[in-house]
Amino acid sequence: MSAPEHRTATGAPRRRHGGGRGKGRGERLMVPEAEFTSYYGRPIIKPPVWKVPDVPAYLYLGGLAGVSAPLAALADLTGRPGLRRLGRIAAAGGATASVGFLVHDLGRPTRFLHMLRVLKVTSPLSVGSWILAPFGALSGATAAAEVLGVTPRLARASGLAAGALGPALTTYTAVLVADTAVPAWHEGFRELPFVFAGSALASGGGAGLLAPGDVTPARRVAVAGAALELAATAVLERRIGFAAKAYRTGRAGTVLRAARAGTVAGALGALASGFLRGRRGRALGAVSGLLLNAASAATRYGVFEAGMASARDPEYTVRPQRERLEARRSG
Amino acid sequence: MNPVNSLSGPLADPAADAGYAAGHPPRVGFFTDTSVCIGCKACEVACKEWNALPADGVGDHGAAGDVLGLTGMSYDNTGGLGASTYRHVAFVEQRVPARDSAPVDLGMPSTDLPGAVQPGADREDATEVRWLMSSDVCKHCAHAACLDVCPTGSLIRTEHGTVLVQEDICNGCGYCIPACPYGVIDQRQGDGRAFKCTMCQDRLGAGLAPACATACPTESIRFGPLDELRERADARLAELHDRGVGEARLYGRDPDDGVGGDGAFFLLLDEPEVYGLPPDPVVTTRDLPSMWRHAAGAALAVAGAVAAAFLGGRR
Repeated sequence: MSAPEHRTATGAPRRRHGGGRGKGRGERLMVPEAEFTSYYGRPIIKPPVWKVPDVPAYLYLGGLAGVSAPLAALADLTGRPGLRRLGRIAAAGGATASVGFLVHDLGRPTRFLHMLRVLKVTSPLSVGSWILAPFGALSGATAAAEVLGVTPRLARASGLAAGALGPALTTYTAVLVADTAVPAWHEGFRELPFVFAGSALASGGGAGLLAPGDVTPARRVAVAGAALELAATAVLERRIGFAAKAYRTGRAGTVLRAARAGTVAGALGALASGFLRGRRGRALGAVSGLLLNAASAATRYGVFEAGMASARDPEYTVRPQRERLEARRSG
Repeated sequence: MNPVNSLSGPLADPAADAGYAAGHPPRVGFFTDTSVCIGCKACEVACKEWNALPADGVGDHGAAGDVLGLTGMSYDNTGGLGASTYRHVAFVEQRVPARDSAPVDLGMPSTDLPGAVQPGADREDATEVRWLMSSDVCKHCAHAACLDVCPTGSLIRTEHGTVLVQEDICNGCGYCIPACPYGVIDQRQGDGRAFKCTMCQDRLGAGLAPACATACPTESIRFGPLDELRERADARLAELHDRGVGEARLYGRDPDDGVGGDGAFFLLLDEPEVYGLPPDPVVTTRDLPSMWRHAAGAALAVAGAVAAAFLGGRR
């Protein structure tokens, strides 16, 4: 059956785009933007009910813990007790707090164990719970042994196991947000795991810079992570089409610009701290590490806000779908 | 079981795909023919009554609303589907060229000024008001993103091929809410769990039609086995096209669409987005295998970066 001819209904609530909202940042559109229609400007998809700071904190802490664990495990094997101790505590603390935020965000917190009722590969939150639960137990046991100074061999084994799970902990959260109908998240499903991986490396490495003793590996991890995060974010914004606007405008845009500045400054500071001797080098490293962690948390919050903004505005849902539909109809 | 079909693409029998043995009941659904909807909202009321749903204000659905719970935008003071609203009658008022109006005489008094459109006169520039009404509901997708992403197994496929929340399992994680491409399911304030249309699962078991379809006075909402509904919808569409209602189109009927076809589909008289429906929804889990691959690649990058950082001697 032939597709019905599109007709212009002048009474339907319509909105013209390109003007009105946002600050004109000097960009001029060469092609007039198409009009889009909505039902009284109301959202089509339901914005997530996930709360701030619960969910952004859960994303950030999972990344911090997921990198701190392998960092500590390898520091243990290579004889860097300062980095080992700090990494173990950061991994356990991050995982515990992450679980705490996750449970607090539930509509029925007392039912948090239902998360482990089944294992579903189609549910990133189910898979993630099954990563987070053993990671939390292993990293917790490792940190307890570290603090109490007992069973170093067992701690080495549990620390290695936690370290092996850690990388998965840093990136499943990207699948968690991307596996939704939220345009800014779903459209970025290829890039978000790398943004989160970079952000996690920057925060885990950054935390390692606070450790006494040799922190060279932590510095390298932090700088590599910052570079990955910046590169992946740039690719994301270039490749996801109309949804990129959600990352550039509004609160998300402001937060992400600040996060980027913090990441650049933190990475440069971390790099420079390697060339300074003594206390000045340590101090610069510590400040840079804290800055990288703040920037990492801001990145997660910015990504979260971009998704929320794209869920609230029906244009993010309608326009790409309408264009897809028209392209399919015309051949 | 074809694992690809389980995530996206045409799926003949979602209940069988979910593991129900042969001999399970046929897949049932709704066909909502908006061309005969009169906007009476009997479906909304019947649904609230049968399912004992609490009252909710329009503010719960994202609209501004006032103290009386009026949206101030149209005769629609419900606003949208939500955790306590499983049927929502959309109301759209349009001014359209008169010649494009459906040539159906409802025998109603004119809403235009007398003489605004002279019968038989040149109607080239004339416009008239058209009201669109549509009763929205959960689509009970063949590939339901809400069900796929639910981490607790609270959301299930029923033997009737519908999608159901088991409220004794739901822990209110909220994942299903942004996963739905239609914005149907939501979290009930003060309760914490997610709720949506059950297609009156309790009535289906007793051989009854859902409350909304039973209450609908114009048979705009039709309930039945999905195969039959699709045939009836095709016949109705052909009839309307024959009568010159070229703008009539079916929405959600096609098993080849992004969600494998809706269990609740519609006959619309304008583009879907006019009614607040997404024009080309796709189940988000269609891309999940690729998402996991990208996440695995990124996790390996993390592992590699940390391991590489320890290479070489110490300073």
